[in-house]
Amino acid sequence: MSLIAFLGAVELGLVFAFVAIGVYLAFRILDFPDLTVDGSFPLGAAVAAVLIIAGWNPWLATAVAMVAGAAAGLVTATLNVKFRILNLLASILTMIALFSVNLRVMGRPNVALINQDTMLTPFYGLGLPDFYVRPLFIGVLAILAVFLVWRFLASDLGLAMRATGANPRMARAQGVKTSLHIYLGMALSNALVALGGSLFAQTNGFADVTSGVGTIVVGLAAVIIGETLFHSRLIIWALIGCVVGSVLYRIAIQLALSSDILGLKASDLNLVTAVLVAAALVLPRLRRGRAAA
Amino acid sequence: MIELSNLSVVFGRGTPLEKQALSGLELKIEAGTFVTVIGSNGAGKSTMLGVLAGDVIPTSGRVVIGGRDVTRIATADRAKYVARVFQDPLTGSCGALTIEENLALAAARGRRRGLGLALGSIRRDEFRDRVAELKLGLENRMHDRMDLLSGGQRQALSLVMATLSGSEVLLLDEHTAALDPGMAEFVMELTQSLVDKHKLTTMMVTHSMRQALDYGSRTVMLHGGKVILDVVGESRKNLTIEDLIEMFRKARGGETLDDDALLVS
Repeated sequence: MSLIAFLGAVELGLVFAFVAIGVYLAFRILDFPDLTVDGSFPLGAAVAAVLIIAGWNPWLATAVAMVAGAAAGLVTATLNVKFRILNLLASILTMIALFSVNLRVMGRPNVALINQDTMLTPFYGLGLPDFYVRPLFIGVLAILAVFLVWRFLASDLGLAMRATGANPRMARAQGVKTSLHIYLGMALSNALVALGGSLFAQTNGFADVTSGVGTIVVGLAAVIIGETLFHSRLIIWALIGCVVGSVLYRIAIQLALSSDILGLKASDLNLVTAVLVAAALVLPRLRRGRAAA
Repeated sequence: MIELSNLSVVFGRGTPLEKQALSGLELKIEAGTFVTVIGSNGAGKSTMLGVLAGDVIPTSGRVVIGGRDVTRIATADRAKYVARVFQDPLTGSCGALTIEENLALAAARGRRRGLGLALGSIRRDEFRDRVAELKLGLENRMHDRMDLLSGGQRQALSLVMATLSGSEVLLLDEHTAALDPGMAEFVMELTQSLVDKHKLTTMMVTHSMRQALDYGSRTVMLHGGKVILDVVGESRKNLTIEDLIEMFRKARGGETLDDDALLVS
């Protein structure tokens, strides 16, 4: 694997770190299996791309993309909390709907961002090659996201959200409005995923309606790899694990695809992903099983 | 103060499984009173507690706590008046959070939860002191997750949590039933001392006749969703466990006794 390919994998991993943190919030903190992300990731990409092409400031465009993602999360939360639709099904409904919404937003299946000013443009001229600038810039944002989410989860509000996911009955008895926290958590989670989508569009130069397929699996893979690596009950380590896990996952994929012996093609990506995630899920269980025997 | 007036709860109305859990229950409890509640299975004890906590919305009737009508107020919104310890230690505290995080969660009950740090150093010290009062050595395990503790330890902490933020009413739902006798005794003594200290209006559901008479100042027996016995003061002091069991039997066999009476007369 060349240096550029390696840094490319790191960059993509860092972009998906936001997805991983979002998935962690939904799956682990709220205990809400949320497939909305498969739609909110391309939604973030689409909104940011369209607004940037329309001449908006790319930071503002990204902020709007995050609001759009939050709205998508709120739709899923409403279907679940208010209309009592099973959480998984509610998120699938939103995901399917978002496919059409994303096509509407972009007006066509694919939008190119060639020669447009992005959030990264001001940093390209500072002397470093682009393939260093991109992972550095996104890495800084990822560290910021980790800190902010950690700080939020350490607050009274964040604690209430954690209780909502872990023991809703107890949370209500302690005066926590659990439905409010499901809304809030789902909005936050999908805003982060949309941020990932927006960064994806800006670093890769396009937004594509199909780019969301399998987002949930990639995010979950990162969360699980992080958990396996750090083994800590502390929130901060879980969040750092999301970032590290996401980067390692991309490097592993890159290695698998670029190894001549395996003979894999780019089109095998989804199969490789599924195998990796299944392995990450099965391995800890096998280890535990052996320890018990 | 608690006032339950003409309270009825029907579960599964209009279905073959329809069940009248409470039927026109009347109960008034003065502020600061510790009431013990007994009754056979299905008598309506848990339903009454659920109605007070907000988990069960009554079919008809009124629930008043401290002069406020809370009949239709959701559990989370009335939690500022009502503290609660559950029968299952796993329900009353959050296993995935640490001891101090559980306490922080309880300390914010009834207050607006904002973005301030849940565990600042002042709060940490305060929580440690409160836990040290239990003399269980848990003050050295404040960073341990709750699910590492025994059921008794969790119930003791649940009681501390229930008294961290000032509430008016304490609801205890057979909170020693899942504990071994020694720990049950410890938790009951702790309950009594905390109730006295914080002058809480307390309602304790129990299956133990001894607990029902040994603790508190008033005992209520439910049957068929109604109060069928209410003893306080002198008459309660003279009441023995045997008396209670006898009343229990009568209550259960009530219908057949009436039939007999008809035959005899």
